[in-house]
Amino acid sequence: MSDAEGKAVTTASEAVITARDLTKRYSGVSVVDAINFDILKGEVFGLLGPNGAGKTTTILMVLGLTDISAGQVRVLGYDPARAPLQVKRRVGYLPDSVGFYDHLTAAENLSYTAKLMGLSRTERPRRIAAALARVQLLDVANERVATFSRGMRQRLGLAEIVVKQAEIAILDEPTSGLDPQATHELLDLIGELKAEGVTVLLSSHLLDQVQRVCNRVALFQAGRVVLMGPVADLARQVLGAGFVVEVEADGAGLARRFATIPGVTGVETLAADRFRMTADRDVRPDAARVVVGANGSLRRLFVDVPSLETIYARYFQSHKEPSRGARHAA
Amino acid sequence: MRREGSPFQGLGTVAVKELSDNLSSARMLVLELLIVLTALAALYGAIDSLRQNTAEDPFLLLRLFTVDRAPLPSFVAILGFLIPLMAIGLGFDSINSEHNRRTLSRILAQPIYRDALLMGKFLAGLTTLAISLAALWLMVIGLGLIFLGVPPGGEEVARSLAFLVIAIFYAGVWLSLAILLSIVFRSPATAALVALGIWLFLTVLWPMLAPALAQVIAPPDPRYAALGLDTPETAIWAQTLARLSPNHLFGEAMLAVLSPTTRSLGPVFLEQLRGAVMGAPLPFGESLMIAWPQTVGLIASTIVLFVAGYVVFQRQEVRA
Repeated sequence: MSDAEGKAVTTASEAVITARDLTKRYSGVSVVDAINFDILKGEVFGLLGPNGAGKTTTILMVLGLTDISAGQVRVLGYDPARAPLQVKRRVGYLPDSVGFYDHLTAAENLSYTAKLMGLSRTERPRRIAAALARVQLLDVANERVATFSRGMRQRLGLAEIVVKQAEIAILDEPTSGLDPQATHELLDLIGELKAEGVTVLLSSHLLDQVQRVCNRVALFQAGRVVLMGPVADLARQVLGAGFVVEVEADGAGLARRFATIPGVTGVETLAADRFRMTADRDVRPDAARVVVGANGSLRRLFVDVPSLETIYARYFQSHKEPSRGARHAA
Repeated sequence: MRREGSPFQGLGTVAVKELSDNLSSARMLVLELLIVLTALAALYGAIDSLRQNTAEDPFLLLRLFTVDRAPLPSFVAILGFLIPLMAIGLGFDSINSEHNRRTLSRILAQPIYRDALLMGKFLAGLTTLAISLAALWLMVIGLGLIFLGVPPGGEEVARSLAFLVIAIFYAGVWLSLAILLSIVFRSPATAALVALGIWLFLTVLWPMLAPALAQVIAPPDPRYAALGLDTPETAIWAQTLARLSPNHLFGEAMLAVLSPTTRSLGPVFLEQLRGAVMGAPLPFGESLMIAWPQTVGLIASTIVLFVAGYVVFQRQEVRA
């Protein structure tokens, strides 16, 4: 599960967050159990898993907001437990369902945290205006946050990270509870952060969104990282093959012919005219050729990109541990 | 195990923000009104009764603080009762509301220590109370000037300033208690209820319970009772127990500072009074000496309660 670390989709291979045997125990129970990961500069790294799997606890340990029971973590070379101010100066954090002071305006809220960041009086208004413009909240900058929707609050939280000019953005469930439009906007903003070279660590239980923005993901289960790597790699590990191609076509002996295509590892006949192939590459052109060659009529041909959802479901089906299953449901 | 950086970074920012929140909140306005109106009523009674026997007292201004006319208690007694209410009102939701608004983790993710947040909130609360008390103090002096027409002497002003300082420390005790409860209890309503319970217990019930407890611990001697006197042991126990309440400490300190004739706050033997000119005022310094242990007690309780809150807060989990 660590063989994918070297293949991260990034040119710089400098690890900005490293965790070694990171463990958190609450009264003897390990909530996070000896996890290891390296997050490279400029990548978007996703922490996935059901609620209570230890994602938020991991994030809080990375930020130095909760004590580490065992193991160690380094953020930009600093120990968050010993040098928390150095870490927090350069890391932005958007907590799960972030809150603001409702009686203050958006700009006043940002101004307060900007002061806490130690920004100078001249720099503050400039950075705040720029950040609010970035997240499209500039026109409501002087309205009280009490009137803001959840999506606006999440964007305001991102604006805080922009004001900080953080090198690492840590986002805890950034899209949970948002409507599709707001989710889309937020994911775009995360993409923009990434394009600027910000390293993003985000946690989520909403898999399709994570898949859209993450370079690599770590799958949490009951406090352990059970899978880690780029989504495509995970698909190969868990599902056995990278591509699933479905064909809807008439023709004699198609299933037999499909099986002879190089790279196809299996053919399933779903109906008289529907077939599903698993392959280690995109075999759509070959499949089309086969149907035409057999004088068949090709009606539909599509590749079923393995979704994280499938990987996830399949993984948990095959690795159900009865003793642990009860706990992560809690 | 040394931490890097200053624990006071961000302290000023937090304090200024909390102060402005406090001063502009509706809650503060209501508490202020409550105190000012009750204090005015007490002062009105005091002024009225003082006008009838003017020129008998060299410390006329100080009498404004201490004179009562039934059914109203004196100004100082009212403050002793209401200052805790104001401090509790300011502090009972200081930390748990940050939890509930989910702002705590966001603020603590900024480059500051938790120390700064807690200390900033405490200082802002104490400053708010100090401002209100100073305003009340000015109001008393001003009303005294207007209605009694006697300019205050230097010693009177010094004594009333000592009153102001001790009152602020007294407020500090209740503010740290309220903040401690706001850390311990996640729900502001619970914290407020517990704080008000402690307040009522210490100001209303404890003065009645302390003598009863003292009689249990040191039963009164029938020989003293036959002479119509208090048994010394029982009296000392009663006073020691009563002093566990900050309200009692405040009352004693006020008595020493605002009534210059006070020579002792505890029971004294007759031989200890030999040579004393009864009824003659003590110099300001001597009165301060009498009030000093009580004042130290108030300061110490403030610090102890604040430290308890600090320790709990440092170990508390941030996540909601």
